Amino acid sequence: MNTPNATKSQLIVIGNGMVGHHLVEQLVEQGATEHYEITVFGEERHLAYDRVHLSEYFSGRDADSLALSTAEYYAEHGIALRLSEAVTAIDRDKSEVTTPQGRYAYDRLVLATGSYPFVPPIPGNDREGCLVYRTLEDLDAIRAMAETANTGVVVGGGLLGLEAANALRGLNLDTAVVEFAPRLMPMQVDSEGGELLREKIESLGVQVLTGRATQEIVDGEASRHRMVFQDDKVLETDLIVFSAGIRPRDDLARDCGLEIGERGGVVIDDRCLTNDPAILAVGEVALWNNSIFGLVAPGYQMAKAAAATLLATASGSQDGSFKGADMSTKLKLMGVDVGSIGDAHGDRTPGARMFRFLDPIKQQYRKLVVSSDGKRLVGAMLVGDNSYYDTLLQYYANRMDLPEDPAALILPSSEGAPTLGPDALPETAMICSCHNVTKGDICATLDAGAVDLGAVKGETKASTGCGGCAALLKSVVDHELEARGVEVDKSICEHFAHTRQELYDIVRVEGIKTFSELMEKHGSAESHRLGCDICKPAVASILASCFNEPITDAAHIPLQDTNDTFMANMQKNGTYSVVPRVPGGEITPDKLVVLGQVAQKYALYTKVTGGQRIDLFGARLEDLPAIWGELIEAGFETGHAYGKSLRTVKSCVGSTWCRYGVQDSVGMAIQLEHRYKGLRAPHKIKFGVSGCTRECAEAQSKDIGVIATENGWNLYVCGNGGMRPRHAELFATDLADEQLYRIIDRFLMFYIRTADRLQRTSVWRENLDGGLDYLKEVILEDSLGIGEELDRQMQTVIDAYECEWANAISDPEKLKRFRSFVNDARPDPDIIYTTERGQLRPA
Amino acid sequence: MSSAIAAKTMTQTWQTLCTRADLVPYSGIAAWVETPEGPAQAAIFYLPGYEQELYAIDHHDPFSHANVIARGIVGDIKGQLVVASPIYKQHFRLEDGQCLEDDSVALRTWKVSFKGDEVWIEA
Repeated sequence: MNTPNATKSQLIVIGNGMVGHHLVEQLVEQGATEHYEITVFGEERHLAYDRVHLSEYFSGRDADSLALSTAEYYAEHGIALRLSEAVTAIDRDKSEVTTPQGRYAYDRLVLATGSYPFVPPIPGNDREGCLVYRTLEDLDAIRAMAETANTGVVVGGGLLGLEAANALRGLNLDTAVVEFAPRLMPMQVDSEGGELLREKIESLGVQVLTGRATQEIVDGEASRHRMVFQDDKVLETDLIVFSAGIRPRDDLARDCGLEIGERGGVVIDDRCLTNDPAILAVGEVALWNNSIFGLVAPGYQMAKAAAATLLATASGSQDGSFKGADMSTKLKLMGVDVGSIGDAHGDRTPGARMFRFLDPIKQQYRKLVVSSDGKRLVGAMLVGDNSYYDTLLQYYANRMDLPEDPAALILPSSEGAPTLGPDALPETAMICSCHNVTKGDICATLDAGAVDLGAVKGETKASTGCGGCAALLKSVVDHELEARGVEVDKSICEHFAHTRQELYDIVRVEGIKTFSELMEKHGSAESHRLGCDICKPAVASILASCFNEPITDAAHIPLQDTNDTFMANMQKNGTYSVVPRVPGGEITPDKLVVLGQVAQKYALYTKVTGGQRIDLFGARLEDLPAIWGELIEAGFETGHAYGKSLRTVKSCVGSTWCRYGVQDSVGMAIQLEHRYKGLRAPHKIKFGVSGCTRECAEAQSKDIGVIATENGWNLYVCGNGGMRPRHAELFATDLADEQLYRIIDRFLMFYIRTADRLQRTSVWRENLDGGLDYLKEVILEDSLGIGEELDRQMQTVIDAYECEWANAISDPEKLKRFRSFVNDARPDPDIIYTTERGQLRPA
Repeated sequence: MSSAIAAKTMTQTWQTLCTRADLVPYSGIAAWVETPEGPAQAAIFYLPGYEQELYAIDHHDPFSHANVIARGIVGDIKGQLVVASPIYKQHFRLEDGQCLEDDSVALRTWKVSFKGDEVWIEA
């Protein structure tokens, strides 16, 4: 379009698919725009989009949300993006490419033309209603055709074929899959696995025909088409989708005389160069070491290597080359787990030995392929349960020594009872599934010299993903260090040489009311005395447990996690969810209406939580005060869903309505919720109150479970749902209301006082020396003589309660904190929503 | 003042952001900043009484892709002043934006200072 910039080389990229776009990103990241004037041609009208999640287009995702980039991104980096403009020829002598719109000179050229779906040469394959499954346009065509169809057939039972079949099913067509091979997914699974897969997919209502070669497609009698198979059997259908594999789109390369592999594909070397050093190829059009890689990850690796190659010439340095890629995959197809690792069939490994496990009832199949000496895992196959995948992949990818009995890796675990403590966990136990870190990895890190939790985290990245394993990781590391004779430093962090319990006692005994005072008197002198994200929220919690001052007071605000700061739960896109208190789950119709109105007004996604409340998602930071203004006006108060505090008291309906209820469980739940609302603890606390032994409130899975008897209430303690469920234990029986409150008061305060940071009641109980008997002595018999003190402490907290949101919105100074930006009312433009099932959700 | 980045920052100018009263002591706020590349979101942290009282660092969290860094907890780890992302808790050095958990990741930073009671940023 413009005259070429004389100082920069011209770089042309043909193809704006996933890999072509990734190349652009790599070029931008590596600074190529300083050396190259880049032009990208895409024949589709869409910007590069996520083809891996293409089928979601049918389940409500639109083209925009599948897009991998924006026109602005290209413009911002000065890259010319020419969509709907297909390159028709490459002239290597003149170094230019031709499109219907013009000719463009290049210094370097990258082919990222990808592949096209292979349509078997069956007579009739071009009839109307015979389609492929590759682009958004293809999907639009399928959708349009499906409107007048009742039945659909997918030709090809591979990965994409099954995805296509699922899509047809989603379009309400009677669906069948026809596969030429004797089984589904012939590349990934063997006959046993294929059989299981067939059963599972048939149980979803999809007909599976294997070992069928279609001879021709002709007019049908009852439907639009009739497929005639080799054995003269026929199948009638209205719509046919071909998904019989891919072929590299190498025609441009062929026409200009580049070297092409025997079965197609532009031959490239480790630097992604073709036999013409001005031209590179990446992705599914490229043939490396005689292989085409039909997955996106290898394509991305090629893109990275290609960018390095392009910059090596420009800047004189070189790093990064393509060295092949692992084709292991883990998939969920139509709800069926399929995993394939390395040489899953074992036909590429001489002398390979196989272990197989088949459970026809649970419909699970697992296969291990082991090297001839039995020491290494060379491949694996999983159908029906991918939970083994991460561990197996570790053995494979890291060439780890297999256990003496490799079969143990695929046999179902026979542990009947839940394991107690880190000691009981096997070496293979996955501690951090974000980064695939097992207990064995952690032990190996410790054996290699790591001396504390921080070092283990740094070495393994464990607990740096979602963080859900932080507590488990810490207990494993502590346990293993102790087992190695290392005295474990129980300091809460580098700022305080004290445990949480010690800090709690210091705060209480010395009457310390702020973090800065605590830091001044007891903090480490070596630090900047600023604290960190470990000690600050812990101290904030201790101060709140002791004095219950508003957490939004200026002295406390820097201590809080974002949820406590803004009194809402941060979600993955930076917006918040709002959960008003609904004590005992009882709510008036008027209040229900208000919740709906507020959700409508602020476009919030609404969901009923597991704890009998209504969660309003997607609130922008700046909208929180207005939302809460309306909720408080309607009589709601803050639900503390954001805090390490009492969350909810779940109840059944009890004697209010139920014909079996023996006590008023709703009334008791409301009493308890109001009594302990706002109580801050080492971890969140949940209660349940059931009106009879049928236990409809599931009270025994809660920290505090209360179950009605003919004579009063039975109290259960230290139960837990979550990652490691634990049943609560019976603590006291047939209690009157006042007795019940008294015991719970003391129990909770003793927990708050003695538990570790972020320790649930269940874990606290498991680590309690003397066990339940000791706890009963302390709470029920007051063996330590602290009963009255605990009572007083609880009363202080109860008396100091005020609704945190009511406090915040009555204070203009506090409200200032709820601005997205201090200097502008512009909303954050990066918060983007899409719709799903009629509601907004993050795009 | 750093001459190492001078070449890239030639077109930078000082601009006013907000006042001291808008800041939250020992914590952060977010602000829009006009940069030569367009508007950017910056997280401004205020540490009254410290040798350097103001820091400006990218508000965008590269791990979650949400604009939330200003809402993280400020702290010091092994002598370095950091903010912890409120989403997945990675730590970023206030001084230069370096992520402590991942060498390959660093946030942008800007120079920021008081002029009287006003907060100014160079971008």
